[in-house]
Order: sequence, then C-alpha cells, then structure tokens
Amino acid sequence: MLTIEQLDKTYRTGDHALRQVSFVLEPGQLIGLIGPSGAGKSTLIRCVNRLVPPTGGRILFEGVDVARVGRRELRRVRRRMGMIFQEYALVERLTVMENVLSGRLGYVPFWQSLTRRFPQADVDQAFALLERVGLGDQFDKRADELSGGQRQRVGIARALQQNPELLLVDEPTASLDPKTSRQIMRLIRDVCEERQLSAIINIHDVMLAQMFVDRIIGLRAGAVVFDGPPAALDDGVLTTIYGEEDWTMMRATAVEDAAEAAERAEERMAGLR
Amino acid sequence: MPTVDRGDTRIWTRRTSREEWLRWALLFATVALFVWCWQVMTETTIWAFVWDAPVQAVDIGDRMWPPRWSYIERLWWPLWDTLNIATLGTLLGIVLAVPTAFMAARNTTPSAWLVRPVALFIIVASRSINSLIWALLLVAIIGPGVLAGIIAIGLRSIGFIGKLLYEAIEEVDESQVEAVRATGASPAQIVDYAIVPQILPAFVGISVFRWDINIRESTILGLVGAGGIGLQLQASLNVLAWPQVTLILLCILVTVIVSEWVSAQVRAAVS
Repeated sequence: MLTIEQLDKTYRTGDHALRQVSFVLEPGQLIGLIGPSGAGKSTLIRCVNRLVPPTGGRILFEGVDVARVGRRELRRVRRRMGMIFQEYALVERLTVMENVLSGRLGYVPFWQSLTRRFPQADVDQAFALLERVGLGDQFDKRADELSGGQRQRVGIARALQQNPELLLVDEPTASLDPKTSRQIMRLIRDVCEERQLSAIINIHDVMLAQMFVDRIIGLRAGAVVFDGPPAALDDGVLTTIYGEEDWTMMRATAVEDAAEAAERAEERMAGLR
Repeated sequence: MPTVDRGDTRIWTRRTSREEWLRWALLFATVALFVWCWQVMTETTIWAFVWDAPVQAVDIGDRMWPPRWSYIERLWWPLWDTLNIATLGTLLGIVLAVPTAFMAARNTTPSAWLVRPVALFIIVASRSINSLIWALLLVAIIGPGVLAGIIAIGLRSIGFIGKLLYEAIEEVDESQVEAVRATGASPAQIVDYAIVPQILPAFVGISVFRWDINIRESTILGLVGAGGIGLQLQASLNVLAWPQVTLILLCILVTVIVSEWVSAQVRAAVS
C-alpha cells in the first residue's frame, strides 16, 4: 500500500537526513522504525505525509506519488494518514472533543469547522472512539487538564477519527512511564488489528518495538541498515544500528527499570492513601 | 580563557583583565556623558524661576483648591465621549491590527518578501506617530470632533496591537500546528484550530491593555480639538479656571483607575 523508493532528504543546513531509503509497507503491517537519535526516523515519517518535503525519490501511497502531488491533492492524501506524536501535540486550549473532531478537518468545509457544527456522524464516531480509548467521560475537559497517558489516548482518537488507511506514529511513548508506554503500544496495535490498518512506528525503545511490531527497520545515519522480523534482531544487528554497547546488559537493565518504576508507582499510591 | 596558571595552581577569574578594563572604561564614558548632558540641559535654565518654583507651586495649588464640584454637571457628557473614543478607537485598531499581525508573522504571512515588509512597515509607521499628532492631522483633514479622536486612537493602536500580536503568533507551539496540518486541514482551518487557541489569551490581554492606555490618551485628545474631556480641560486652562482644572484632573484619575482595574481583571481571567 505504501512504497518508498530511493527517498532522499537533505536539509537546507546541509544535513543529509535520509539516504536512498526504500521499502514496501504491506497492508495490515506494523513497521517499527528504530535507530539512534539523529538517524532520520522523524524525518522519514514526516516525509510520508510531506510535513517535511523530500529532496529525492518517490513515496507511492495507493499509487499516488505523495512527493509530487499538488496542494489540494496533498490535503486529500494527508487526511487518509493518521498521525500520532511524541509530545501528543494536542491543541492544549481546546477541549478533548474539539481535538478529536479536528481529525475531520480534511473532510468538512471551513465554515462548518469554524462554527464547530460537525456532521452528526462525525460526532457519533468521536464519542465511540473516546469510549474505545477509555476516555468516554472526559470529552468536555480541556486537553491540558489530562495526564500524559490520557493525552496520548486523545491523540490516538484524533488520528482514528480521520478513518485513516495508514498510521504514522512518532515516538508515541517517549514522554510516558514504562507501564503507560506498554498500554499505549498495546492500544495502538489493537486498533490497527481491528481496522486492518498499517502503521509505521518510530520508537527508540528496542524491547518495546520487538514486543509489538511485525517488522523492524533499522536506520543509521539516514540509511536502512536492517529490515526484517523482530526475532532476527540480535546483538550483532543492534551493534550495526546503534554502535558498540553491551546489549545483554541493556536488556537486563530495561527489565529492572520497568519493575522498579512499577514498584515506585505503587509506593506513591500507597503514600496517598 | 579567564584562567591563569601560576605554578601548579590554576587561577580562575570571571573575566579576562582586558574585559575588566573595557568595562571600567565604559562605565567612565557613561558618567562623562551624563555630566555633559546635565551641563547642556542647565545652560539655558533661568535659575531665578527655579528658585521661585516652590512659591509658585503653592500659589497655583492655593488657587486650584477646592475643586469646583458643581462643574461636574458639564463633565458627564465629555467623559462619556472620552470613553467612547477610547473604546471605539480600540475596536477600530483591533479590526485593522489582526490581519496586519497575521501578515507580519513569519509563520503565517502569505509572502515573506512581499507582504511581510508591507505589514511591518504599517506597524512601524503607526507606532512612530503619537496619538496626539494623529489627532492633529485628522482634525485638519476631517474637522474637529469625536470622529477624529476615534480614528486617531485606532491608527495608533494598530502598531501596538499588531506588533505584540505578531510576536505571539510567531511564538506558538509548532507541534500543535503540525498535528492539525497532518489531518489534511486547509490553511484557514489550521489558523482556526491550531493558532487561534494558542494566541487567544495574549490577544485578549493585549487588547484590554491597549484599551486601558487609550483611555489615558483620549483624555488629552481634546487639546487639539479631537473631542472628549480634553476640550473642557483646554477651555478651563485658557480662562485660568483652576478649580475646574482640578475637578477635571480628578475625573481623569478616577477613570484611569477604573479602566486599569477592569483591564487587570480581564487579563487575570484569561491567563
């Protein structure tokens, strides 16, 4: 459904962020994009819906080359791709409902969105989605009143409100604690399964990626250095992606960290009682 | 590097000695400039008048007190005019400043090399001319009266509101804008959903603050014939009716205190 061919991006600063990136995303597939900071993960995901314009190559989405479409057509392509962000990127001063309904902006005319008179079908769907992500009773709250995990759930609902065919997910768990991270990743995987969605997920946490995706692409300095199933991701591969580091140690600490964080959270709750 | 190795101890100072000397030289130059300015300022002063000042002040104070309270009857209407000049002028300023601000902000301007410089010029031009001078020009063009005052206040407000608002627009969180853009929203929808909610508190604060300033400014517009309580002030000064001047000044004081209180309340409510 999405074919990326020889994608290249050089920023005006001369930063060569992507080098000849090519891969094919199959329908219903979840790709985890891993790599060190600055490897170009974020650039790659933003090239797909052209929030960042690529400098070379093709992005074929259902036969349309996103890199070359005109402005009107670009908006039509964008509304078919839902996007979920690292710091949630909710509009903080709008209500949860308005944030979710903003997923329909590509479909409703300006006056209708200005007066917030969305079609009843959109409103019904927004309520159903909030229910699905577990925030059914929070629709009237302002986005900045929610916790991190709740905000990311609203972010997911906003993306799904577009009825997308593809999800672009940029570091969904970077600002969340380990437990909430897993819940959010599980939610993303579940909604993708329910709707037969494909997704590209940027994720710096290798263990979390292995747990929840079907396929992993490793980026290093803007180039693809690994493309395969999570099981094939051994210490040798991780070393090519991230450089020299004791991977067995890291795995052990990651598990410990998670356990410790859970314990600490429990203690804090106990303190409140 | 502000470190000096002396034997095996490494001495760290905040600045190098060169920087230190430069700072002292700058301080000395500032003091010298101040002394020189003082000299220029006092060159043409007639000291006899200055020494006489306390006596004169007491004399005027004597004639100003008590205020002529009965004169208030003739102040209500000009006071109402003054409020109207300030309020309508601010509204006019807002209507003109909002589009200017969006054209001037780097992230919303339709064209950075054509429209933006024009918008910035409008803002600078409006800011560089005082309301009183705008009023003077407008009284000459459209004749004396409240209308000239309203337009003068409006023109002066464009620069103030426009500048602060475009700075607020440039400071919005881009990730929220990016998220709304990613849904396939049109440019107008992006402004409505991602930018307006972020700048709304700043916008309300700026507008009310300008209204507050405009109340103060509109009290003197009458001096050049642009309506409001300044007309009465001018008339009273001309006939040396000091008790009336006192009452007018008191009225202005109370109005300004009230407007400042209102503006503080509104700004606290939206933050």
